[in-house]
Amino acid sequence: MNLIKARNIEKIYSDGTHALHGVSFDIKEGEFAAIMGPSGSGKSTLLHIIGFLDTQSAGEYYFNGKSFLDYTPDEVAHIRNQEMGFVFQMFNLLPRATVLENVTLPLVYSSVKGHLRETLARKAIESVGLSHRAEYEAFKLSGGERQRVAIARALVNKPQIIFADEPTGNLDTKSGKAVMEIIERLNEEDGHTIVLITHETHTAEHAQRIIKILDGKVESDEVVGNRYHAREHFKK
Amino acid sequence: MTIIDSFKMAIDSLGINRTRSALTILGIVIGITAIMMMMSIGKGAENLILNEIGGLGAETIIIRPGKEPTGPSDLGNTLFSDSLKKRDLEFLKRKENVPELVDVMPAIIVPGSVSFEGETFSPDIFGGSAEFFSQAFGVFPEEGVLFDESDIKGRASVAVIGSKVRTELFGNDSATGKYIRIKDKKFRVVGVLGERGQTSFVNFDRVVIVPYTTAQTYLLGVDYFHEIITKATSPDVVDRTARDIEATLREAHNITDPEKDDFFVVTQQGVVEQIQTILGALTAFLSSVVAIALVVGGIGIMNIMLVSVTERTREIGLRKALGATEKDILMQFLFEAILLTAAGGLVGIILGALFSFGAAFALKQFGGLAWQFVFPVSAMLLGLGVSALVGVVFGLYPARKAAQKSPIEALRYE
Repeated sequence: MNLIKARNIEKIYSDGTHALHGVSFDIKEGEFAAIMGPSGSGKSTLLHIIGFLDTQSAGEYYFNGKSFLDYTPDEVAHIRNQEMGFVFQMFNLLPRATVLENVTLPLVYSSVKGHLRETLARKAIESVGLSHRAEYEAFKLSGGERQRVAIARALVNKPQIIFADEPTGNLDTKSGKAVMEIIERLNEEDGHTIVLITHETHTAEHAQRIIKILDGKVESDEVVGNRYHAREHFKK
Repeated sequence: MTIIDSFKMAIDSLGINRTRSALTILGIVIGITAIMMMMSIGKGAENLILNEIGGLGAETIIIRPGKEPTGPSDLGNTLFSDSLKKRDLEFLKRKENVPELVDVMPAIIVPGSVSFEGETFSPDIFGGSAEFFSQAFGVFPEEGVLFDESDIKGRASVAVIGSKVRTELFGNDSATGKYIRIKDKKFRVVGVLGERGQTSFVNFDRVVIVPYTTAQTYLLGVDYFHEIITKATSPDVVDRTARDIEATLREAHNITDPEKDDFFVVTQQGVVEQIQTILGALTAFLSSVVAIALVVGGIGIMNIMLVSVTERTREIGLRKALGATEKDILMQFLFEAILLTAAGGLVGIILGALFSFGAAFALKQFGGLAWQFVFPVSAMLLGLGVSALVGVVFGLYPARKAAQKSPIEALRYE
């Protein structure tokens, strides 16, 4: 089933910038897709629209068969909370809150009861290998650790899809590899649908499929023949 | 998200900016401190005054000469008016005129000092009836006796003095039988009153009471009274008795038009009402000043909250991306504002209580007043309520601004 269905999506910002010129593609449940393009190509705009953070100016977009317009603002918030996970380039953690508190945040906005929250959050932290940092304040962590906290936060509500916007953009090569390894594992072992936004070919090649965006249009949409596996890379 | 979650979030956020939070609430702290002090001191003053009046008894009716003063400039008329004279006493004492009148005492106020063998003291000197004073105010001689009707009739040069007057003039020695001087006239001390302190605007420890006839003839050389103090049979008949007194005196003074009265009648109830009116007006005036202070404090909070919302645009965007609804964000920021103002209110209540207590202590210790500290529970509740309300009113706008931020604009904000 197509989890994401985008048809002729246009985006014109209020300042007149024409960011997207009719973008169409589908992403299936369980798929690991990369949206690749240079900066200014419109890939972040596209992510915002498919992540229900923004609305398109024209065209149609369906998530799980329903359009943004079918939902009330509270329902949209609920979908972002329950079915979507976000990982940003700038990590976007609450710097003065602990790792545990940061990962708990999506649970606070869900209906999960207090005592269960910590259990779930600790599990998510464990899955990114940061249990020993759970009580640290976020600003004391390294970039790579911060991004892993952000991933734990994205998956704590067990969403159907995880959107990762340049997750390795602010990391050194080694930390970037570790982050990509976790993202791969989320897809392969836990069955999360992943949409990865990146401008780097070698990062995009972790995905099963690359949708190339240039000047607000889909330039190519191809399956990756020779996938790049972070774990294998480490073995070398 | 539950209320407790909103509450926790607000506490965490405020904790990060402690200095700013503390400075922000200063306006509210000052406002609520002012409310507390105003209410505590106002209530203390009211209690003090009402206690003094209470000492006189609710059945007391006072007749004063001249027109009823409507302002400070009229006071002179009262002091220098000579409309109340001996014949008025006769009229008032007749049962058919004022049936429910129990007792009548004219009073003379004598300015001046008393001396004994080189020791001089400035007491409050009254011409009156020692027996009436004793009964009306419940003060009794601890040494000697009170002078009586025959002393008044005979214009005797006798005096009853307060305990403080005795210690000032005689030290620890007995005073009865000794002669003191008032305005170069000798008076024999017949009695010393027991310690009583301040009551009904008179400090009985500092009084010298002489027969009013003696005071009129030998000390002031006048034939009128400064006031006539009367007692009705019970507090219930005070109003009726006051009207009877007015009618009687009008007849005695040949007055037909009440507008032209050359005397006025003061009941304790009237005085109490007057004082409560004055204190009420004063409180209302001060309240409006405090209200302005609170509005200014509230605007300060709104200002800081708006700055905070702008500063935390990224945080708001992130929270929305993670699934916060507009209501969640609204509640978080509203709680912050309410928490700020409520904390301000709490600090204000504590400071206000401390300052009021200090003021009460100072007034008692150094002002010599029988001032009692009052903890204004109503002001405390009002203070908490008002400060929380200020938080809601002035926190709503910034909180709405935060809630309405688009997640994408908020995430992009650098």
